[in-house]
Formats: sequence, C-alpha cells, structure tokens
Amino acid sequence: MDPARGTDRHDGGSGPWPPPMAGRNDGSAPRQGAFHLYWRLVAISIRAQAQYPGSLLLLSAGHLVVTLLEFLGVWALFDRFRLVRGWSLAEVALFYGLVNLSFALAEAVGRGFDAFDRLVRTGEFDVVLLRPRSEVLLICGQELRLSRAGRFAQGLIILGWGMSSLGLAGRPEVWMRLAWAVAGGTALFCGLFVLQATIAFWTVNSLEVVNTVTYGGVETAQFPIDIYPSAVRAFFTWVVPLASLNYLPLRGLLRGGDPGWVGWAAPLAGFLFLAVSLRLWRFGVRHYTSTGS
Amino acid sequence: MIPRQPATIGRPELALFLARFRTLVQYRAAAAAGFVTQLFWGVIRLAILAAFIDGAPAASPMTPSAIIAYVWLSQACFAMLPWNLDPEILALVRSGNVAGELVRPLGLYRQWFCRCLAARTAPPLLRGIPLLAIAWTAGDLPLPAGVATAAAWLAALAGAALLCATFATLMNVCLLFTLSGDGINGLMAAVVTLGSGLILPLPFLPDGWQRVLEILPFRGMVDAPFRLYGGDLPLTALGSILAHQAAWILILGAAGWWLCRAAERRMTVQGG
Amino acid sequence: MTCAIRAEELRKTFRVRETASGLGGTLRSLLRPRYREVHALAGVSFALEPGEMVGFIGPNGAGKSTTIKILSGILVPDGGTCTVGGLVPWERRVEHVARLGVVFGQRTQLWWDLPVTESFDLLADIYRLDRARAARRRQELVGRLDLGPLLDVPVRQLSLGQRMRCELAAALLHEPGLLFLDEPTIGLDAPAKLAIREFLRSLNREQGVTVILTTHDLDDVEALCRRLVVIHHGRLLFDGDLDGLRARVTSERRLTVDLDGDLDPARLPGVTVVAREGRRLVLAFDPATVSAPELIARLAALAPVRDLTVEAPPIEEIVAGFYRGLDP
Repeated sequence: MDPARGTDRHDGGSGPWPPPMAGRNDGSAPRQGAFHLYWRLVAISIRAQAQYPGSLLLLSAGHLVVTLLEFLGVWALFDRFRLVRGWSLAEVALFYGLVNLSFALAEAVGRGFDAFDRLVRTGEFDVVLLRPRSEVLLICGQELRLSRAGRFAQGLIILGWGMSSLGLAGRPEVWMRLAWAVAGGTALFCGLFVLQATIAFWTVNSLEVVNTVTYGGVETAQFPIDIYPSAVRAFFTWVVPLASLNYLPLRGLLRGGDPGWVGWAAPLAGFLFLAVSLRLWRFGVRHYTSTGS
Repeated sequence: MIPRQPATIGRPELALFLARFRTLVQYRAAAAAGFVTQLFWGVIRLAILAAFIDGAPAASPMTPSAIIAYVWLSQACFAMLPWNLDPEILALVRSGNVAGELVRPLGLYRQWFCRCLAARTAPPLLRGIPLLAIAWTAGDLPLPAGVATAAAWLAALAGAALLCATFATLMNVCLLFTLSGDGINGLMAAVVTLGSGLILPLPFLPDGWQRVLEILPFRGMVDAPFRLYGGDLPLTALGSILAHQAAWILILGAAGWWLCRAAERRMTVQGG
Repeated sequence: MTCAIRAEELRKTFRVRETASGLGGTLRSLLRPRYREVHALAGVSFALEPGEMVGFIGPNGAGKSTTIKILSGILVPDGGTCTVGGLVPWERRVEHVARLGVVFGQRTQLWWDLPVTESFDLLADIYRLDRARAARRRQELVGRLDLGPLLDVPVRQLSLGQRMRCELAAALLHEPGLLFLDEPTIGLDAPAKLAIREFLRSLNREQGVTVILTTHDLDDVEALCRRLVVIHHGRLLFDGDLDGLRARVTSERRLTVDLDGDLDPARLPGVTVVAREGRRLVLAFDPATVSAPELIARLAALAPVRDLTVEAPPIEEIVAGFYRGLDP
C-alpha cells in the first residue's frame, strides 16, 4: 500500500481491521500534546469573544460594577458596627479579595464544567466522547470566559486597598503567599464546578444545590470563617475546604500564632479537592455511558 | 368563523397564568434545591448579622426578632424577587423566534406578564412554605403579632408579587432591545438584591442611602412587607406601602407596555 | 476472516420517570417517583463484513440510535457482546473512536462560530494527524465534496446541505475505516440528498469504508444499501436485501394501464383496483395467482391498451406494511 495515499483499503480483509489510522502520529509531536490542544481551543474561544470587543468590554465593566455593588453591603455593615469579632474592614478586604480572585479565575477557566448540564441535555457530550482525547481537556477548552475580568478586577482592587491600608503592600513575601492561596482557591472552585458537572450525569435539575456551595461559599468566605457557628466552620474547613484559601493563609499573617508553614500548606487542600472531584467525574462518565441518560 | 365569545376580561390571561403556574409547580427538584439553598443562605446571613451586632449591640437598628423575621421571610420569598430573566424568553429572543409569539391573539406584553407573574408566585410558594414551616418550628421565626399584622403582611406581600412581576416583565421586554441578556441579568441581580433589602435589611444601610431607597421601587418587594411582619413598621404604614407599590406598578407597567409596543412595531416592520 | 462488526444479543434497558397528570398526580410523583422500564434493545445480533454498507431502519424509538451509540463506544449495553474491528468499543473507547467517523444529522460536530477550514485544522490536532498527510486527505475531501467555496464561511452561516457536506468531510479527515451516519439526509433538499448519496456510494466502493446508515428516508436505503436491517421495539426483525423484505410483506405487483376505452375490472379475476383516474387504471395482483403476461393478454383482449407498466409497490408501502404486520 502506498502510504501517501490513504485511499486503497481493499486488501481482502487480512490483517487487523479497521487498519490503524495511518495518518496518526503516535510519536506525539509536541504540537499535539495536551497543552498544545488546550491553547488551540482556548485561543479559538478568545477570538470568538473578541469578535465583539464592545460587548466584551461592557460585560466586564458591568461585572466589575455589579461585584463592587456587592461589596457595598459589607462596607455598610462596617460603617455601622466598625468591627466584626475583632476584624476590621481592611482585614476583611483581604479575605474578600482572595475569595473573589479565586472564584473569578475558576469561573473563567472552568466555564465548560460550570455549563456542563447543557452539554448533557443537548447530547453534545456524546460528540465529546467520540473524540479520541481526554474529555476533561476538551471540556476545559470549550470556553475561557474573559468577562470574568470584571470580578477579578474587583477582587484585585479590594485586596490592594486592604493591603495598602494594612501596610502590607510593600512586602513581596506576602504577595507570593497570597498568589499561592489564589492558586489553591482556583483549584478548589474548579473542583466544585467539576463536582457540579458530575451531578449533571444523574440529574440536571438539582444543580442549584451545588450553586449553594459555590456562590454560598464565596459569600461565606468573604468574611473570616471564625465569625460563623461551628457547624458552618467545620463544613468549610473539612468538607469543602474554603478555609484553606483565605482564612488559614491570612490568620497567621494578620494575627500571628500559627507556624509559618500552615499558611503555605493550606492551599494544597484546594488541589486535593480538585483531584478528588476529577476522580468522581470519571465515575460519572462511566455512569453516563452505562445509562445513556 | 367561530364567533368570539363576549369579552370576558382576563380569560386568556388567566389561562396563560394557570398553565405556566402548573408547569412551574412540577419542577420539584428545582424546588428542593431552592429550599436547601435558601436555608443555607438564611443561616449564613443571620450569622453574619449576629457577629456584627454582638460587638456593638447598641448600634443595631432593629430588634433581634425583627431581624430574624426579616431574614427568614426574605429567604422564603427569594424566588419572588425579579433577580433574573425568564430563561425561556431569553432563549426565544436569542434564537430569534419571538415573532412566533406575535401570532397569538394576545399582546406580547400581556403574555409575558402572565408568564412572569406565574414565575414570581409558583416557585416561592413551593420553596417558601416548607422553609417557613422549618423557620417557625426549628428556627426562631416568631408568628405575626396578631391577625391584623398577618393580614397587613399578606396584603403587602400580594402587592410585592405584582410589583415583582411588573418589574420582571419590563426587564424581559428590555431584552428585545439588547439581545444579550448577560448584562441585564447581572445588573438586575445586583440592584434588586441590594435595593430590596435581600442582601442587608435596609435599616442597616447608611441613612443617606435609605432616603433614596425609600423612593425606589425595590423596597416594596422585600423590605416593606417583612418589616410589617416583624413589627419594625407599624400597621399604620400599610396604606403608604400599598400606595408606593401601586404607583410603581403603574409606572413600570406603563413603561414595559410602551417599550413592548415599540419593539413589536420594529419587529413587524423589519421582519424580526 | 475478520468481521468488521459482530454484535451478539445486545440488550439495553432505560428507566424512564413517569409523571402522572393533574395536580394530585404531580404531588404523588413528587413523593414517590415511578419508573417505567423501556427495553431499547432486547437482544439484537448481527455481523458486518468490511466494506459493507448497511441501512438501519425502524420507527422512532425502535433502538437504532441506541445500537449506533453502543457501536460507537459511548454507551455500554446491559447484556450481550460486541466487537468492532477486534475491540470492544466501550472498553477502549479512546482508541476505538480514533478509527471511527460519526455523523449525526441533527447535531453538529463542527465549531459553530469558526470558519470550516479552522474546524478541520482543529480536528487534525484533536486526532493527532500527521500534518502533510492530513493536508492531502483534506484536499481530496474538499474536491470530492466540492467544499472549496465553503471553507472560509463560519459554520453557522452554512445551509443545511452545505453543512452536512462539511460534517461528512470532518468525520472522514482521520481516514476512518468505519463510518456511522445517523439520519444524514434529514431536512435536506433533493439535490443535496443526491450529492451526499453519490459521495457515500463512491466512498464505500472506492475506499472500502464500511458504512452504517440509520435513516427515515427509505430512498436513501434503496439508493445506497444492498443490505437492510429493520429494528422495531428493540428487536431485529429483518436482515437482508430489499427484495427479501418485499417478499416478506407482499408478493404483490402493480399494473398501471392507460386505456383507449372503457373496462369493467370485475371482468379480470384476481386483481384489485388501487386507483382509477380517467382512463388510467392502477391494478394490484399477485403473480402467484395470475402471472403478468397472462394478465396483460387478458386485458388487451378486453380493451385497447395504449401504455402499461408493471412495478413492485414503493418501498414506503412495503415498510409500512411490514410494521403493520408486526403491531397487532
């Protein structure tokens, strides 16, 4: 068979059938690795969004205004009461900023999972399964939501204001600590989106429950979690470890007392959570292929 | 040709409303999920307020029982708030199939108002009643002080439902002019939840803001009825609350109706 | 001899929630949901040789799509075995789908907002295709399907027929030896249908691609498939060629005559009148009772005949008759 022509297949049925794809490059050249494909997909999503730059800008600006309005509620409470369990507004701004930065990044990166129920409902997930690549990769690559720049900017503004009010802005070590916390927090929220997508394999109606934990978690973690009843505190420390993305990294920094490694180690919990979610996701895919939903 | 029956005002509207209401009542999983969500938010909101008040009890503008009533009732009625667009209308507008709605022998505004009214009443009933039952028994939600208070609360609540539906219809009509609902959705959620008192009971806001919010329509959705219930507003305030709600229903309704007619004209002229 | 596809006793049951009507029913199902079992596949067996082109037909919900999903590896059956090209599809899905092309008539596999050419580039990356080889293959498909003018058009702006041609190319870029088509001509106008049939025929003949086609359009089957599989209520009811199916339903033939005079059909034994339109008469007869030449001779004796044709009933009627015979 002339390898240059992939046309003649009449070889009498001997040998493996169908023949292995001759066009396939099993040497996995770097351009076809997972990262390459991810960037290819994401670049397409970015280009699609950039087709309407005005609408993108408006959406991001609108998002910034909306999230800043949300902060007004917190500001109003401090205006009236000055402190909450000893924490000042500037301190709470750090908690608030960290959780919003993490959530904004996760919403941008994990959009494919966040909107996954639509894929199941319309049967588009079948098309994903027909591709010889990792489903997680293909779903993540579906969309990188740029408009979340709005919430990201809000988080950055509030965090920056808190840092400068507390005189922390000039310490690079603090910035590194916080960046690491944001990375862990992003992983954690992505894990929640994956979990939400996993539930969609069973029911597309109960996703709001997971929203309770994501949006509710954002709301909850905007304050230091020691202001909550112990049950809430326990849930967000041990089950969905939101405490690891701002409370634990910041407590040592602002209050002292914790050994330094606690703040550095805590964000690992977010990555662990993501790993567990992905494991459950795989289980969900197996369930999907055995029921066809 | 089938002779038309003597005009029974509201008959098609009622049918549309009931059909939509019945459909929405069937979304049991969504209701269960909503119930859990609102329960969770109620606990968190009360915990935040309690933490602040603990540090400086004298600074609190409301009594604890009034706060508890306010938070639980607003959680129970959360689905009544016009904080999002009707997803089906959104899909309809995005796919460009709105013209199909014009075929019905009933104006677009009335159709959508009926949909919105159903959407603002069925889900809160489904989620709110169990939530209130729990709040009454397990939580510390007090019962209304008397029959008069309960009646006044219900009257204000009915006004709030109409106000919410009118506002929601207006927002859905605005969709006809923008197509992308994301912006409207985000802004609606922020303004409505803050302005109505859902995020924070309005008395907790700085005094200057409160004077503005008194006038805006949103306080008629949550703040006014629930402060009546908890005794934070006297019964005598009922008249002014209902008047405030009625005025905004008329204004928002007229605006929505007028915009809708403009959009309809544009659609029939330009062909969608 | 390797079989392209061997399926034995495939079974699949779905659980469907039942909703009672009325408010009371709603409340009841709220408290205690009821499920109904639907046997999408109740033991389906068949085998395909490499290079075959088979049409799967059956009413909606008969189990055609379920079968295709199982063969694609995206659905695991409850029972039975199945190998496709030596692999069990769902056990090594990723490996399996790399050799497979699938086209869903009602669901796009292209990127809605991208020009067609970029969808192709992306697919080449997804399937890890060798660049030079992919380019050649692409050129070949563009030529055969006449996609040249469409390449720079975003998918959402294509007409259905244009899109379907692009979908076919997209499904074949990685040179699969096996192609599944789910309703490929649904909603297409006549020229588009013909173009797609022509392409599929040459693909099957010249490149030996094995094709399974599910369709409602029996003309597709008649034009393309020598072999026909009928699935109904999750069972395989017929597997053979069109003539075999005809024989199963009816041996009836149709005689259409244009006459130059009047004729009382009662004087022709063994025939029934299917239609009468002016001087044109359509008669049905069973060749076992009365042979065609015999009938024509008798007819000519009774009235002057201007023109006549003898045909088998159209495929739609055959299949409809087949289903009717199944449902009591």
